[in-house]
Amino acid sequence: MSKHIIIDPITRIEGHLRIEAVIDDNNVITDAFASSTMFRGIETILKGRDPRDAGMLAMRICGVCTGTHYQRSIEAVEHAFGIDIPKNARIVRNLIQGALYLHDHVVHFYHLHALDWVDITSALKADPKLAAAEALKWTNTPFGAGEGELRAIQERVGKFVKQGRLGIFSNAYWGNKNYKLSAEQNLIAVAHYLQALDMQRDMSKMMAIFGGKMPHPQSLVVGGVTCIQDIKNPARIAAFKSILTKATHFIKNAYLVDVLMAGTVYAGEALDGTGAGLKSYMSYGDFRLNDNGFYDSALLFPKGVVLNGDLTKLHPLDQAKITEDVTHAWYEGKNDKGLHPFVGETNPKYTGLEKKADGYSYLKTNEKYSWIKSPLYDDTRVEVGPLARIVVGLAAGDKRITEHATSFLTKLGNTLGLGKPAPASVVFSTVGRTAARAIETELMAEVMFEWLDELATNVAKGDLSTWTEFDFDKVSKDARGYGMAEAPRGGLGHWVVIKDGKIENYQAVVPSTWNAAPRDYKGRLGAYESALVGTKVANPEQPLEILRTVHSFDPCIACAVHIVDTKGKELSSFKVNTSCAI
Amino acid sequence: MLDKREALAQMFSAKGAKVNTNRGDEYYNSLKLIMEKRLGELEKTQIAAKTSIVDVMEYEGLTRRDFMKWASAACAALMLPPTFTPLVVRAAELMNRVPVIWIELQDCAGNSEAILRSDSPTIDELILETISLEFNETLMVAAGHQAEEHLDEAMKTFKGKYLCVVEGAIPRGMNGLYGTMGAKAETYIEHLTRVAKDSAAIVAVGTCATFGGVPAASPNPTDAVGVQDIIKDKPIINIPACPANPANITGTILHFVLTGTIPELDHLNRPKFAFGYRIHDNCERRAHFDAGEFVEEWGDEGAKNNFCLYKMGCKGPMTFNNCSIVKYNSGTNWPIGAGHGCIGCSEPQFWDKFATERPMSDSHIKAPTGGVEKTVDEFGMALITAAGIGIGIHAAISIAAGKKDENSQN
Repeated sequence: MSKHIIIDPITRIEGHLRIEAVIDDNNVITDAFASSTMFRGIETILKGRDPRDAGMLAMRICGVCTGTHYQRSIEAVEHAFGIDIPKNARIVRNLIQGALYLHDHVVHFYHLHALDWVDITSALKADPKLAAAEALKWTNTPFGAGEGELRAIQERVGKFVKQGRLGIFSNAYWGNKNYKLSAEQNLIAVAHYLQALDMQRDMSKMMAIFGGKMPHPQSLVVGGVTCIQDIKNPARIAAFKSILTKATHFIKNAYLVDVLMAGTVYAGEALDGTGAGLKSYMSYGDFRLNDNGFYDSALLFPKGVVLNGDLTKLHPLDQAKITEDVTHAWYEGKNDKGLHPFVGETNPKYTGLEKKADGYSYLKTNEKYSWIKSPLYDDTRVEVGPLARIVVGLAAGDKRITEHATSFLTKLGNTLGLGKPAPASVVFSTVGRTAARAIETELMAEVMFEWLDELATNVAKGDLSTWTEFDFDKVSKDARGYGMAEAPRGGLGHWVVIKDGKIENYQAVVPSTWNAAPRDYKGRLGAYESALVGTKVANPEQPLEILRTVHSFDPCIACAVHIVDTKGKELSSFKVNTSCAI
Repeated sequence: MLDKREALAQMFSAKGAKVNTNRGDEYYNSLKLIMEKRLGELEKTQIAAKTSIVDVMEYEGLTRRDFMKWASAACAALMLPPTFTPLVVRAAELMNRVPVIWIELQDCAGNSEAILRSDSPTIDELILETISLEFNETLMVAAGHQAEEHLDEAMKTFKGKYLCVVEGAIPRGMNGLYGTMGAKAETYIEHLTRVAKDSAAIVAVGTCATFGGVPAASPNPTDAVGVQDIIKDKPIINIPACPANPANITGTILHFVLTGTIPELDHLNRPKFAFGYRIHDNCERRAHFDAGEFVEEWGDEGAKNNFCLYKMGCKGPMTFNNCSIVKYNSGTNWPIGAGHGCIGCSEPQFWDKFATERPMSDSHIKAPTGGVEKTVDEFGMALITAAGIGIGIHAAISIAAGKKDENSQN
């Protein structure tokens, strides 16, 4: 008989997420449902405010993609007002966002995702000498993986385990037979887990240099940036560069190498496409490389859509084709492909969960079951994120992305003994999603050095301009605009309508709206749901494989949840369902 | 007009929220006795966490001297005389006896992210590694059933002993159903109430958990509130700011280890050691305020010369927090350092009162209770208005009295 399991809370993510899955007798997932269980209403809160203040509040949508919502919101207002920003401001914004990518991807891989692949308890059985030799098999210059370092870490972890209280490592899935790394490989990864705690602390300083603090920086304003002191001070730029150099060492010799090692050991899952899901990808494009204006500049990440894994064809992106369907989301609306964000409506219609005889509350999967809407691009379901950026970059023939992706596939081909690069199709998998993030991190670190030099050169030329003046009363009478670009987790867009100096309507369609969405009006699955179906689990009591795939998307659920219109409306439209768990 | 002058005088001479750093021998002697008793008790308890600070120091290659240096700095941060340093050392070594259960409600994980960056002084981070962090959704390896099971076990094992750290607001609207957690779909109100019940004390971190924060900003769509509006029968320490400065979180935990009690709090339940400072009083740009030198628009000559940001909406004069002293990310920077005004993020309802890029006197803002927007003059004599206008006048006086006036700058 098939089992219907609930996993709530999904941990090691931003926000609150529930997954329900149906697992058959052969331990294969036959159906899956993703539900967001928390709602704040930030877009409603933004309505009626001064558009110049929206960015700071919109940033609080998420403390993990911190700074991204800030910039998107400000760009939406700048787009509405028709103002462009000075060169210094463009570069500083790139550097702040770039710093976030490095920080966020490293924290995601080690602290939020790695323990789905790495068994800490197995690391205790490793021989540190063999482990140091193992590290040298994957790179000539391993980070922090000498015999002495590994032995010290093993002793420290051993002591901790012996004490008996495992804290946040308690009750996990240690010993599950789907953990496949050797004891020595596990020890290397555990060492990097701990070293990454230090590294991310340093990396966060990069954002703070130009942003004031991290999380939640505070140096962006409509028209530019405020951190002129930090821009004109060569010591600040030098400090940034020194952290970036250290970070690059870690990314190249720990992060990327660990992903290659895990990718090789778990190659079976990549080659058979476990966790591939939708196989249609979208990138909004991001990181302007010149000053040709908002949506006309050359971009580090190209924009576009790739359908059904066909890398030979890149479809152009048209924001007018985005709609949000609410058939299975707790909002009122028709059961169709829904409305464009400029005219988006979001009146909640919470219908609750169903409490069953076993005492648990289940999603009513035939009806509405999540606070996340189902966004569609041209009536198609698509995935966003680092994998989508790499796939779109490959389809667009982008030189830099192609080089970095090819380099990784070549190394993987070698370690797998294929005698040629691994096929590009391996990226259509859970493992591929994780690898794409690492490939992108290396690329980002490389390009950030170029931006730093570009900034220093521009300042040295005497350009200290950081802000573009505008006549607020004039431009804010009747304006609408959007800020559409990429967050570490994927395409993130803010749409704003401004009337008489105030925000009239505000909608955000964010990475996890695309990825964590429920089914749509045609019953098509969301990206998480689709990626889970077909996965075989080793032990249905331990949701290890489910966590692996869900974490590979790097969920940020608080971002994805939308609005209520007014308090009055919301209360009148809600009927307490007597069968829910209250 | 006289009222406004008076308001100004009051604001800059108010003693209420300031910290008294010399309380007399009697006070400190009795505090010492409390701490010694507390530490004695802790030393006898069963070890709750992984390693002691001594082991970690040894591993990190730090000397006893490094540690003592840190302890004396921590002592000063907690506003204790240097004679307390040996007690702070003992307390730090006992940190592994205090279990912490960290729950997340209507949050953005910003405070969990902030605590990951805890840094200054360096040993702080080690202390965070050595407290017994029993539960934290952002870092917890196990999920679902296994995570809930461990939470239950930890609450039972450390009944009455653990600190309950709360991040995020609590929605009361729609019977609390705007946030549910776990396979039984417990509402956040139920979840918080259950975890708080057997805790020794609650530490509300970030402005959402303390005062409702972002979700509670007008029109507060989900009727969100802070912990103190839900839990009435436990000691609650509020550490607001968006996000809370990790130094203030560690400071509070350290104080709890030291005394078994909560630190001295101000009228908003904020520890005085952190929130007894007005941003404005310790601001690196204060001299420019007094000299009447202001940034008049982003990126102007004033901005290039680090002038005061008051006219660009800085709310440092209305805000109590130690950012101007401690700063963020190992002292790397802080908002005013990066050229942006303070938005008052450690104050209640700051989204509706303070978080604009214009000074109070000409901002259109919503009253905390909602309703139609007004300029601040139209609010009447509410304290905040008086303070805002007071500052406005002070700024004008400074301009008049300063060496430069606005015209001669052009």
